[in-house]
Amino acid sequence: MKINRQSNIYTLVYIIIIVVIVGTVLAVTSMSLKDKQEVNADADKMKQILASVHVVTDDTNVHEKYNELIVSTPVVDYQGNVIGEDAFEIDVQKESKIKDITQRKLPVYVCNLGVKGVKYILPVYGNGLWGPIWGYIAVDSDGSNIYGAFFAHQGETPGLGAEIEKPAFSNQFDGKQLFKNGRFLPVAVIKKGQKVTNGEDYVDAVSGGTITSKGVSAMLDDCLKPYEAYLERIAVESQNS
Amino acid sequence: MAEKINYKKVFLNPLSKDNPVIVQILGICSALAVTAQLEPAMVMGLSVIAILAFSNVIISVIRKTIPANVRIIVQLVVVAALVVVVNQLLLAYAYDVSKELSVFIGLIITNCILMGRLEAFAMSNKPWPSFLDGIGNGIGYTIILIIVAFFRELFGSGTLFGCQIVPQSWYDAGYVNNGLMILPPMALIVVACVIWVHRSYHKELNE
Repeated sequence: MKINRQSNIYTLVYIIIIVVIVGTVLAVTSMSLKDKQEVNADADKMKQILASVHVVTDDTNVHEKYNELIVSTPVVDYQGNVIGEDAFEIDVQKESKIKDITQRKLPVYVCNLGVKGVKYILPVYGNGLWGPIWGYIAVDSDGSNIYGAFFAHQGETPGLGAEIEKPAFSNQFDGKQLFKNGRFLPVAVIKKGQKVTNGEDYVDAVSGGTITSKGVSAMLDDCLKPYEAYLERIAVESQNS
Repeated sequence: MAEKINYKKVFLNPLSKDNPVIVQILGICSALAVTAQLEPAMVMGLSVIAILAFSNVIISVIRKTIPANVRIIVQLVVVAALVVVVNQLLLAYAYDVSKELSVFIGLIITNCILMGRLEAFAMSNKPWPSFLDGIGNGIGYTIILIIVAFFRELFGSGTLFGCQIVPQSWYDAGYVNNGLMILPPMALIVVACVIWVHRSYHKELNE
């Protein structure tokens, strides 16, 4: 029997078969690689967390270092109360979208660096020019002094906005204070020559990356403010001990 | 019966005389996007070679069954499926690279070279020459990507494959990386320079 290849029926059946085959292939690939991809994504997240306390790791030792240095992972609320134990599972992207900060779940990674003391690593998430930007801010146990910072981005312009992921930018944050004269003022990112309005600490923006820099500033504002009570609490605790 | 195909020509022509990027001027968009550094350019090139070769073979195998009025859609579906598979593989086995390439892997679907080769070659040729054609065009594309990325990374960041090439003493003496090199316009200018050099060797390509 000769099949009419130009008929509508043939075309329809052909397309349906193609779609079913392709759909099956994609589903099988996705399912079989999923575990491996999740392991990679987790390892990458650990790398980023450790980068904020200036610990550089690679694929071979990231799990080991993470387990060694991160001593606890509490989830806190805006009043500083611990409400959970597994910060790693909290989706910072989703939490940062919640406008009402009293509803946010706030993950904290407590990192013990031995002689250098205990650091509290706070994740932040915001928007750059082209897509999301995120980072981790490590705070000393006085609740104010920034020990280190790490930033990453999805698609900022190389050489301009993408410079936020370079140490040249993030190392500026070392030693900045979150509390000024008893007021909680997250670090601002401003252009050279500009003045800050409230006397908070500031770092220089990336030249040519104005929108991304503003994004970092807004991200710090938005994502660190909810931690105010928690940071005050750890400051009091570290003084008492 | 079609004329006998010269396999060697099918494979070698796209490398230089019929190069997809600098002669056919296809796939320029991705040449802009991923050539700021050598490593992503290399991975992008390899991905395109793989996807182009396999989609060429698949389309060539089923070319006689494809209904003429939906052939572009069928080609697109095959390419898109392969791209997703490659993306998944990269996520699983080369996470850092896939993070760097992020959206560009997905954009291979829109790479004009792919649809161009499928429509122009695979639809009317047997699987084996189609495979060679895919590999040849993929390599032709990759060569240009690597040439462009070499110059852009060397002059834009002073590195090659992420290793420092320009010595620190130069920077101390006042040498500054050319920031324009890492911006997209410079990719076009470098491609244009490559075309210039290429055409002055191959006079027959001059119009």
